[in-house]
Amino acid sequence: MNLRRLLAITKKEFIHILRDRASLAIIFVMPVMLLFIFGYAVTTDIEHIHTGVVDLDHSPESRALVQAFVNTGSYSFLGEADTVAALTEAMDFGRIKVGLVIPHGYAASLWRDEQAPVQLLLDGSDPTVARTTLATSQIIALMQGNRQNFLRLERLGRSLVPGGVDMRPLVLYNPDMDSKRFNIPGLIGIVLQNVTVILTAFALVREKERGTMEQLIVTPVRAREIIVGKLIPYVVVASFDVALSLIVGVFWFRVPIVGSLSLLILLSFVFLLAALGMGMLISTIAKTQLQAMQMALLTLMPAILLSGFVFPREAMPTVVQWIGYLLPITYFIDILRGIMLKGVGMEALWQDTLLLLGLGILILSVSIVRFRKRLD
Amino acid sequence: MADKDAITVEGLVKEFGKLRAVDGLSFSVPKGAIFALLGPNGSGKSTTIRMLCALLTPTAGRAEVLGFDIVRQGERIKERLGYMSQGFSLYLDLTARENMEFYAGIYGLTKEEKKTRMAEVLKLTLLEAKSEAIVGHLSGGWKQRVALACAILHRPDLLVLDEPTAGVDPVSRRVFWSLIKALAKEGITILVTTHYMDEAQNADLVALMFGGKLRDFGSPGDLEERWQKHTLEAVFIAMVEEHRSLLEEVSR
Repeated sequence: MNLRRLLAITKKEFIHILRDRASLAIIFVMPVMLLFIFGYAVTTDIEHIHTGVVDLDHSPESRALVQAFVNTGSYSFLGEADTVAALTEAMDFGRIKVGLVIPHGYAASLWRDEQAPVQLLLDGSDPTVARTTLATSQIIALMQGNRQNFLRLERLGRSLVPGGVDMRPLVLYNPDMDSKRFNIPGLIGIVLQNVTVILTAFALVREKERGTMEQLIVTPVRAREIIVGKLIPYVVVASFDVALSLIVGVFWFRVPIVGSLSLLILLSFVFLLAALGMGMLISTIAKTQLQAMQMALLTLMPAILLSGFVFPREAMPTVVQWIGYLLPITYFIDILRGIMLKGVGMEALWQDTLLLLGLGILILSVSIVRFRKRLD
Repeated sequence: MADKDAITVEGLVKEFGKLRAVDGLSFSVPKGAIFALLGPNGSGKSTTIRMLCALLTPTAGRAEVLGFDIVRQGERIKERLGYMSQGFSLYLDLTARENMEFYAGIYGLTKEEKKTRMAEVLKLTLLEAKSEAIVGHLSGGWKQRVALACAILHRPDLLVLDEPTAGVDPVSRRVFWSLIKALAKEGITILVTTHYMDEAQNADLVALMFGGKLRDFGSPGDLEERWQKHTLEAVFIAMVEEHRSLLEEVSR
């Protein structure tokens, strides 16, 4: 590795970046844009579910049942419909996702100590909402039943005996179960991956397309000097993006970094090595900028789905899980969540770190070996 | 190989699939000569040049450039080679000086070498006034001289120019050729391809290629004498006609 040649390439590449508006936009605008869009859009929290109700009983008891749903904070009632048909229509048209039908005689049944049937309509096309509402309704039914039993015992002059199972949950790392706290660390990884892969995917292809590559390979410069020399400016630029996305995550989305910030930054560089290598590898394979862009998208899209960023990897088929293991982002998301949410250190992250480092070195070596200084 | 030869080629062949682009080429060029490779489009000129610059690997035959084998010692050749490709592949978003600084670094010039050499070359190529201009904003003739400046910074022993005057106005072409002659006087061997026969008249040696084969080789004077024409242009036209009637015969 000749230092003079390396520096010449690094300097030239810096000038390219600084004089190219598209590159500057990808560096400065894209991370913030992605953080805001994904930060607000990707949420698994069940809130403000539009719900309709047909109350044919009009009793204090039926109103108490509706109130029980309201009290969970997840449902917003859009008002009462007169008929079941009107309620079904509202669901067909997508105005509501949950419908509650309380038949005439609900309160009377309760007072006769009979089972009081209530119909719950669920929009199954959104399984998350349906599943959550189903669980919520069962708990509400159980509680209403308990209340009825309690009242019955009181009437008989007895009192409730203590006993049974008392489940006491302790939610670690994210006590409010706020999905933002889960999403933002992963999102920081995804943003960094997108910016670095897209930027470097063009690094070599641009020279191929403009004909300057031929001029470059007829000089004594080495493949590793070209690849590493071109990577250095992107490492600098990407580390700026690490800082930018951490600042937005911590100060705007209020997701604190529980663990060590310096470890997080250090491991971010390990990830950058692998992600920049991925872009560089694309650049050695693609012949045109269009091809490079297509290949970049082909790697970035599965990465969002397979890395565990949104969907738990445990639920995926084994083969799909294995594809996820080939992506650097999978390990980095583990690391980000580990440090930011759990506050763990290397004792818990050494495996992820080693695999990430190995993957990065492998990808970079392949792109150096693949780079040909001959045209045939 | 004789020490006085800059290029020796023996039975050089290059095939792309079924196409034989270069078909058994043999010649040698002494050091310090201006050597022009002529021929119509698709005659194998660029393929030959790229093999001699160790950019393409020959299918058969061998060649030595500056005493180095083009297959095994390609990187040694590249250290002593200046190369100007078709269309002057410069970085258009960089200034003339930045382009030159880049190649100075690539060829490993020290800080002092870089400083003195840049000043010399800028003066030689009459680029001093345009050194801070973005190359993309310059016209063809200026770009051509920036490309030449980048190619001679490291004092190469062989300067390879692939159609250096394509798309350049006549005045700039004349300026360019006077520069090339000055460089040859310093002892640099020049290998140039061109479409312009009047330019080839400047060469010490000319090789005419047709269909991947060497049709004739010699000084412009030798060729004119052999073909009994007054100019290279006339020789070339005679050759094209001979080649065409040959092709017609074959197809019949």
